[in-house]
Amino acid sequence: MEAIESKVGEPANDETKLVDAARSGDVGAFEQLVRRYDRNVFRIAQHITQNREDAEDVVQDAFLKAFQNLGQFQGQSKFYTWLVRIAVNEALMRLRRRRPERMVSIDEDVKTEDDSIPREIADWSPNPEQLYNQGELKEILQKTIQGLAPSFRTVFVLRDVEGLSTEETADALGLSVPAVKSRLLRARLQLRERLTKYFKRRNGDGQK
Amino acid sequence: MKCSEFLKELTDYLDGVIDTRTKAELEEHLHWCHNCYVVCNTTQKTIEIYRDHQLVELPDDLRSRLRSAIVTKCEQHKHDCQEAHAADEKKEPGK
Repeated sequence: MEAIESKVGEPANDETKLVDAARSGDVGAFEQLVRRYDRNVFRIAQHITQNREDAEDVVQDAFLKAFQNLGQFQGQSKFYTWLVRIAVNEALMRLRRRRPERMVSIDEDVKTEDDSIPREIADWSPNPEQLYNQGELKEILQKTIQGLAPSFRTVFVLRDVEGLSTEETADALGLSVPAVKSRLLRARLQLRERLTKYFKRRNGDGQK
Repeated sequence: MKCSEFLKELTDYLDGVIDTRTKAELEEHLHWCHNCYVVCNTTQKTIEIYRDHQLVELPDDLRSRLRSAIVTKCEQHKHDCQEAHAADEKKEPGK
């Protein structure tokens, strides 16, 4: 999985040294942190805003804000989790600007849980990815994730796409662990429901 | 166990963070409830398909453009801070 490759093999103390150096004004050290996490921040920003220009702006603003506020980073959480928190806030702010008619907040909770009750109960084709070509598949996955409410989409992206733990996701979003779990369940079930329409077993797929 | 109870535990079950006893109860339910078996199986596939297919890439040219913009802004911020500090020193030397 590419999502967390940048963190693999990077000793924590190396990161602490980079953060300390950047805090004392070493832009070169901060640039190394940018190289380490820019892909992750871009993916998160793009998933939340669903807009390429906004995602580019979020990457710049989030890193600049992180550099300006490194003095406030206490080191109680990982630097990456702290950075994600800044990036998510920036991304949600941009989404709000684009969709002022809809209140967009990470605290937003849809009142009814009806949207997560499984209705489409059909097993998937043994190789769902082979039902479509790469372009079509990407479009289906993209369209489906776009349909989630921003608060659910954000939790799903951090937890299941970027590979943060439940605790790290809670920390990055300022939510409780049960709130993250509840949103994650509903996000997963809603995506499953919608993807089933595309991937369900058809005649001729062979029986189990 | 009812299907609604199974669903409540589904996330912890799929993430493998569940105690042995609850896990056994869930698997017992899965053994006879086809609907929950299908929901569990296809939810697992949903997670895998999103993990396996990277929908967003940061192209190299955009990556270096963004990085150099970030570095320039950070250098500017550092410069502004140093100037502000020097101005304070001038007003109140030694403070």
